[in-house]
Amino acid sequence: MWQFMTWVAWAVSAALILWMFWDFVSVNRRYSEDMLLSSREGVDDLFGETSKTKGN
Amino acid sequence: MADQAIAQSQPKQLQLLKVLGPAHIWALGVGIVLVGEFMGWNYAVGKGGALGALIACWVIGLLYTCVAMIDSEITSTVAAAGGQYTQAKHMIGPLMAFNVGLYLVLAYTMLEAGDVQVAGQLLQIGAGNLGHDIPWEPYTVMTLAILAFINYRGVFMTLTINFVITAAAFASIIILVIGTQPWNPGAVLLHKDLLTGLPYGWIGVLASLHFGIWYYLGIEGTCQAAEEVRSPGRALPMGTMLGIITLLIAAALTWYVCCGLLPWEYLGWDNELAPLYDAAHVTGSPLLTVILFIGTLFSAIASANGCINDASRAWFSMGRDRYLPTWFGAVHPRYRTPFRSILFLIPIAAVFALYIPLAQVITFSILSGLLNYTFMPINMWKFRRMWPLGSIKRGFEHPFHPLPAIVLFVLCTVTFFAVYLGYGRQLLAMMAFYIIASCWFAFYRYRYVKRGDQFTMPWPRPAGY
Repeated sequence: MWQFMTWVAWAVSAALILWMFWDFVSVNRRYSEDMLLSSREGVDDLFGETSKTKGN
Repeated sequence: MADQAIAQSQPKQLQLLKVLGPAHIWALGVGIVLVGEFMGWNYAVGKGGALGALIACWVIGLLYTCVAMIDSEITSTVAAAGGQYTQAKHMIGPLMAFNVGLYLVLAYTMLEAGDVQVAGQLLQIGAGNLGHDIPWEPYTVMTLAILAFINYRGVFMTLTINFVITAAAFASIIILVIGTQPWNPGAVLLHKDLLTGLPYGWIGVLASLHFGIWYYLGIEGTCQAAEEVRSPGRALPMGTMLGIITLLIAAALTWYVCCGLLPWEYLGWDNELAPLYDAAHVTGSPLLTVILFIGTLFSAIASANGCINDASRAWFSMGRDRYLPTWFGAVHPRYRTPFRSILFLIPIAAVFALYIPLAQVITFSILSGLLNYTFMPINMWKFRRMWPLGSIKRGFEHPFHPLPAIVLFVLCTVTFFAVYLGYGRQLLAMMAFYIIASCWFAFYRYRYVKRGDQFTMPWPRPAGY
């Protein structure tokens, strides 16, 4: 039972790491670097652009 | 066609998601720290006795109250990921910012490594109590993988989970206090018999300050969520101040229960891993023992979860400003997390968790944290001089300036001396590491930094410039 749990722990770890690696590769292939690196500090994502547009 | 559809559906700019509230900030700050109540602080008892550890609890509590007040004011204004790194960039300059960024990443990654190591070992102890011998390494790796996965998939889920398990861990301390009948002195708690004065005098009390840091180490981590909070001016000060109040209460209760149940010679012993769990064991109640086992495990998991969040934000910010390769400044288009920074730091934490002893890992974390706290008074002083009250909008104005900054600086200096007494070689090695890293930044990396691009806050020109 406990030996089985240990194998389950390794299997869960491997599955999650592989999934993250797969997603990481697919995102890097699907999106441009300009897009992925477009973040800027001090910019309000949810409300900033909207409120500026409304304000203008 | 599919590529065109993807390109058209892409937003113009990817930002970290602003979805967090004050409860998440509390969960981040207290979640990182609360594990220090469950383990580590008790080495202060070994240095200065039970009363020495209580003095350390108060003195270091004052140090961290100053940290929380200063952080609350500056972060409610500098609402950007990176926390103190971003503050240093605006207030002092690039070299200080680079160093502070490294302090943060190292402090959180090392603490994360220690936390997952402890989580694995706790499961090993739990299985051992049931009569089964299991290795701890698979469970350490599994804990790290699950937490990395949660962090990768989004900050809201990450810190909501942290809120639940941190609240549960805090509740376990309260349940233990109630279970020991503090209203009936002598029935369960034996302070009269167990408190023995200062076994090593005041030099022991001074040495105990080093381990008093465990009670509160990491509360400054609330700043790292600044860019992901819906209302930074309100949520950050509220979450941080409620966090330090929670920790002051938890630290006092922890000391009170443990020192009333366990002799100081045992409590301060090097191999004493989980004093609250052992205190519950001594009461003889199986229910309390199980509750405190779960509380200890939850506190370690919550701390590692918060540390993954904070270390990745600091690393991400440095990448975004070109202090490190810009590759690290990427945001996941779907989950809006700094996914490359998260994945890059996980293997480093895993190596330290699996191969470096807990005391060494935590000492690296404490030293980096202490260097960060020493920078804060200078930061606060410059912040008030460059942008005096009224010149920019602040979410929180801390009272009695410059007294908290002066107190913080003095206490950091005293604590450095305390650390030097016990871990002088590690302290000097750490300083050498930061000097070498600073040389690398100043003579090589700084040429890639675009100075103007780092400052995007809509602030007025600072006074005197």
